[in-house]
Amino acid sequence: MDQFFHRMGDGSAVQMTAKQIMADLVEGSEDAADRGKIPPLAKEEYDYLLDIFCSPHKFISVEPGREVILTYDAATLKIRRVGVHVDRIQALQIYEKIMGADTMELAHVDYSYKPVKPIATFEQPILEQALLATHIPLFYGAQPNLGLYSQPDGPFPNPSELMPMGKIKEAQESYEAALEDLVKDIVFVGSLMYESGADGINLDTAGAAGDADFLATLIATEKLKAKYPDICIEIGMAGEFVLGMHSQLTYKGERLAGMYAHQQVKMAEAAGATIFGPVSNTNTSKSAAWNLARAITFMKACGEIANIPIHPNMGMGVGGVTVNDQPPVDVVSRSSAAMTTLCRLDGL
Amino acid sequence: MAITHAHASGMGGMRVAGDLVARVQMARGMKLAQAKAYVAEKLAVDVSELTDPIVMTEVRTDLGLGVVTPLPGVPKGIEAKFNIARVLDIDINCVKRFRERTRF
Repeated sequence: MDQFFHRMGDGSAVQMTAKQIMADLVEGSEDAADRGKIPPLAKEEYDYLLDIFCSPHKFISVEPGREVILTYDAATLKIRRVGVHVDRIQALQIYEKIMGADTMELAHVDYSYKPVKPIATFEQPILEQALLATHIPLFYGAQPNLGLYSQPDGPFPNPSELMPMGKIKEAQESYEAALEDLVKDIVFVGSLMYESGADGINLDTAGAAGDADFLATLIATEKLKAKYPDICIEIGMAGEFVLGMHSQLTYKGERLAGMYAHQQVKMAEAAGATIFGPVSNTNTSKSAAWNLARAITFMKACGEIANIPIHPNMGMGVGGVTVNDQPPVDVVSRSSAAMTTLCRLDGL
Repeated sequence: MAITHAHASGMGGMRVAGDLVARVQMARGMKLAQAKAYVAEKLAVDVSELTDPIVMTEVRTDLGLGVVTPLPGVPKGIEAKFNIARVLDIDINCVKRFRERTRF
C-alpha cells in the first residue's frame, strides 16, 4: 500500500497510508465533536482533507476568490525575536510591503497590558508616527495576562498557592480582585492607543490564566466599546476551552469555565468585540491529520454560529499547525487552505 | 509562517485589496463576503479582481490608495489613507485625528 509523507503534531516526519490518514481524520474530528458537543465533519470534508494530505505537492492553497483577511499577534515583536535588528516602524513596513499582510500590529516586547501601562506614553508617539508612514490597518496589541497580577509578580495572593492549601474561597477572591485591576489596565492602554489613532485594539491570548482572565477581557471590551462606539476590538483566545481556574465566574448569566470556541464567540459578541479569534490546540503526539480535522471541527462550529467576523488562530501549536519554531510549509499551507476552504470564516 | 499563510489563503494586503477589505471588516464589522462585495462596488471592480495585483495596482494608482512601489507624486501613508476613507466611505481613526490636530 502506498505510503505518504506526513508529520506529527511536533513536526517530525512520518510515513502513513491513506487508510491511516483517514482513520486519524475521523478520530480527530470525533474527539472535537465529543468535547464540544458539536457535529463531526462530513464525508466530503474528510475526502477533501485526505486529498490534500495525500498530495505530493509541498504547498497547497485556496482556490482563487476564497482568500481571507490576515490579522497577526505581536507582529513587530516577532521581527525582533528572530534577530532582525530593525526599528518597529520598519518592522511594520516589512509586514506591509514585503510580507503581503492585510493588517498589522504594533506591540511592545513585554507583550502584556500591565507592563505597557507605565510606558504607554512612549508607545503612543511610535504608533502615531507609524500611522503617518503606513497604509494598511494597524492594531495595537498585548495580552491581558492575569498571571502578572498574582504574587510575586503582582499585588494579589497567588491562587495557585492558595488552592493546594484548600483555600478555595481565598483563591477565588484573589482572582476577582485581580481581574478588576486588569480591566483598568486594558482600558487605560486601549484608550490611549485608540486616541493616538490605532485602527484597532487586539486583546491577544485571552483566557490564558483561565476564566477570570477571559472575564476581564470581556469586561474591558465592553467598557472600551461604551467609551468609543466605533472602536475595533479583536479578542484572540489563548486556548481551545476556558480553563476553570476560578470556576464560578459568569458573563451575561453564562458560566465561562469550560466554554469552547462556539460558546466563547457568543460572549465576545455580547461584549461588543468586532473580531473573534478562536483556538484549537495541537496535540504533539497525534498526527497532523488528526490535529487539523479536530481544529476544523471546532472552527466550523464557531463559524456557523458567529455573527461577528472570526479569525481562527493558526500560529505555532494552534489550528492544526505543528509545535516548533519553524513550522513546515507543507503543514502550514495545508492547514491554512483547509481551514479557509471548509469553515465559514472571515480571516486567520 | 506568516508568509506561508499570506500565500496559501491571504488576500495579499496592499499589493491588491486585502487592506481595504480588512478596513471595511474592522470599521463596519462586516463578514468577509459582505466586506469584499462592498469594496468591489466602491472600486467599481469585480470581486474576483480584488486579489489580482495587475488590476488592483492600476485601480489603487488611479484612486490614490497607496501602492507597494511608491512612485514620485503618488499619495503615500496618511495621504493615501485620506483617499481610502473617502473612496470606501468609512471613518479611519488616524485620518480623523489628523484632521483634528491640523484643523484641516
